[in-house]
This record gives sequence, C-alpha cells and structure tokens, in this order.
Amino acid sequence: MLPPRFDYLAPRSLDEALEFLDGHGDDAKVLAGGQSLIPVLKLRFASPAWLVDINRIPGLDEIAEQDGHLRVGALVRHRDAERSPVLRERYPTMAEAAPQVSDPLVRNLGTVCGSLAHADPSGDWGAVMLAMDADLVARSKSGTRTIAARDFFDGPFTTALRPDELLVEARVPARPGTGGAYLKLERKVGDFATAAVAVRVTMSDGRIGEAGIGLTAVGPNNLKATEAEAALAGADPSDEAFREAAELAARAASPSTDMRGSAEYKRNIVRVFTERGLRRSVAMAIADGGA
Amino acid sequence: MQVTVNVNGTSQTADVEPRLLLVHLLRERLGLTGTHIGCDTTSCGACTVLVDGVPIKSCTYLAVQADGRSVRTVEGLVEGGKPSPLQAAFKQEHGLQCGFCTPGMLLAAEALLADNPDPTEEQVRWALSGNLCRCTGYMNIVKAVQAAGAAMRSAAGVAEAETAEAPAMAGGAQ
Repeated sequence: MLPPRFDYLAPRSLDEALEFLDGHGDDAKVLAGGQSLIPVLKLRFASPAWLVDINRIPGLDEIAEQDGHLRVGALVRHRDAERSPVLRERYPTMAEAAPQVSDPLVRNLGTVCGSLAHADPSGDWGAVMLAMDADLVARSKSGTRTIAARDFFDGPFTTALRPDELLVEARVPARPGTGGAYLKLERKVGDFATAAVAVRVTMSDGRIGEAGIGLTAVGPNNLKATEAEAALAGADPSDEAFREAAELAARAASPSTDMRGSAEYKRNIVRVFTERGLRRSVAMAIADGGA
Repeated sequence: MQVTVNVNGTSQTADVEPRLLLVHLLRERLGLTGTHIGCDTTSCGACTVLVDGVPIKSCTYLAVQADGRSVRTVEGLVEGGKPSPLQAAFKQEHGLQCGFCTPGMLLAAEALLADNPDPTEEQVRWALSGNLCRCTGYMNIVKAVQAAGAAMRSAAGVAEAETAEAPAMAGGAQ
C-alpha cells in the first residue's frame, strides 16, 4: 500500500527546514518518526504535496535538564524516553508512560513531539504533558513561540501550531518532591488506549501542593481535569480527597461508546485510574522528600 | 531520487520515488522476499528489519529515509551458508509453524540478544510484543530465543576461554 505521491525534502539544518515551511507550510507535513504520518498517508487521510524529513537535522534528539526544566527535543523517540535515567529518577509520569506507547518497534521510531503534534485524542503524550503542565516550543522563520500544553490541543488531530511552525521541544518544569503515574487500559499491546490517566502530584509541607491530571481517549482531544486539580491543590493527601478528585476527573471525561467499551465504562476507568494514580503518586512524592 | 543503502553488507543503489516504502525496495527492487508484508498497517511486525541495528517496521519507513544507512534482513542472518544460532534455535525448538511471522521475529530477537544476551522469558515477550504470530506459536518462539541466547553465550565463552588459554600455553612451551 503506497502513500500518495509527494515531493521529499531532508533539510540538514533547522533554519533550512523553517525556511521551507515558511513558503510551503500549507502544503507540507513534517516527518519525524512517521509512525502515525506514514499510516495516515497510506490510508489516504492526508496527501500533502511535500514531506519535510527532519531526521537528518542534528541537535534535535536531546533529552536533558536545563535551567529548571527538562527539554525533550523534536527527535527524542519513545525508546529514548523509555531508557532515560533522568525520566526514571525525576519524571515518573513520563517514565511510566513511555513503555506503554504502542509497541517496541513503533517506539524505536516514533517521537514524543511528533505524537504531540499529531494530536490523536488517543495519544499518550498529550495527557502526560497536560498533567506535567509542560510548555511546547514552536519555532518558525519569524521566531519562537511557547504554547502551554493546556492551550495546545484544539480538537481531534488539531493543535495551535501554525503551518509554518515546527514543534522543536517540549519543556517540562523540574519539580522536587514529585510523584507520578500513567495508568492505561488497552486491549492488547499496540492498540490505542481504551482509556488512560496521567497523574502528577507535587507535595508541599505534608500537603498536596499541586496536582496535574491528564486524560487519554475520553474526549475530542487529550483533556486536562482542571476541577480535579483545583480540588487537590492544598488538600490533605487523604482517601477522601483522592475519591473526590477521581469523581471530578470522571466528570471531566466525555468518552464515546465504541468497540473498545461504552462511555459509562470508560468514565468509570477514569475514576478508578485517577484514584489509584493519586495514591501511588503521593506515596512516591513523599518518598522523594516532598513531605 | 537516488538512494544508496547498505543491505546485508552490500552497498545497493536504486532510483526510487519518495513514496516507496523500504519493504517494497527490499522485496521488489532487490528481490529480498524474506521480509514479509503482513498487515501493511503498522500492526503485525512481519516486515521487521534492522536499520542501523534497530528493529523497525519496514512498511512504515520510506526507502529514502534509509539512504546512507545499513539495513539487515533475514537473508543477512545466515553465517557462511549456515543458519545463525538464532535460526538454528528456531528450528530446534519448533519456533515456527507457518513461518509467515518468522523473519520479523528473528530480526526483533536478534536485536534483543545483541542488547541483552541472557533475557528472561518476560523480557523476550516484551521485546517481541510488536510481532504477531498468526499461529499463536508464542511459547516455542520465546523458548527458541532463550535457547539461542544460551548457545551464543556458550559459544562466546568457549572463544573467550581459548583466547585466555593461548598465552598460558605459549608460556608453558617455553
């Protein structure tokens, strides 16, 4: 099954890529890992005139802490995230999510930023970035724009990115005393989530200082459970607080009934996973010195 | 576009359309039909090959992306006309039934063993979780990969012992 015809450009520098997107952004798609884009082309859901392959641009594959945040470059693959000691030690929500993305072969090519830019409502990284309150950095010929994850997703496969922009980096705040979890229900390895919940808890003086909750596959895009987050801010880490937040997260979900389950079932998964995720995240945050 | 790809140790140059998938370059242009097309939708892993040592689905990778890189297919596993230890173990442990998924399983397992010569059953299952066997013959596939790991470790151990012994023997002869 061949993709439709397109012209192909493999720029050797970011400037070259941005220059091209400036003139051809409307007719071009950016190829990073290609694990969503190539199937989309093969299934004729898109037929761009140009493919801009960024894989030969040096310096985009970094995953490193700098100035109080973690930078995840445009070519960081799911596999890199899965194997990153920094994520394992300090960004547990991300470390738990990485090995649950698709299957090992797809993870060898697919990228974190590509998944965000593709913005599949069933994508895992969107929910994670919403829970982490990450910033997404978009570059174009005319400059750099930082978009909060909560302002990034705009419906199924739709983001705040302009056609001339490239998502060059996800920027995740470094927060000591943080615990996190990513709970995902899938029918089999490689299937899209039936539903999943990303949780992040930062403790402060024995209380929950800040919590982030992102939802996967239960709405038109990855959702941020803001009411649940607000209820948790400053709360005692009690079973009651967890239960209340879980109810609010379930209410924030707007799942559809499909072959993977009924709306009611998926909403209940969100409730159960949020409660479990909070319990685990708080214990982890306390162990991390956040109490 | 002209691409040059090192396939199983041999440099191959071809003129391709940008939309040509790597699996088509291998099968239709280079005649390497050992790499199978199963689902053609990034689900089954039958088309798995190694690109610069990393297992990927060649139905979801453009031939132009492989320009300047090394590709290893099932045809490249044979060592001196003989099956590799991994291929021998698949035969020994009945790690294949219809054989359709086998090339992909072999390449994914080859990459695993290069990374981890002594994987647990769980690690094998995890590493092969992107490869589907339509005969559901997973038990023997997992056994075969572990048996191959053991055979390769023991072969490496023998080679190491021989190297270690050689200077001692030379010393003894003096």
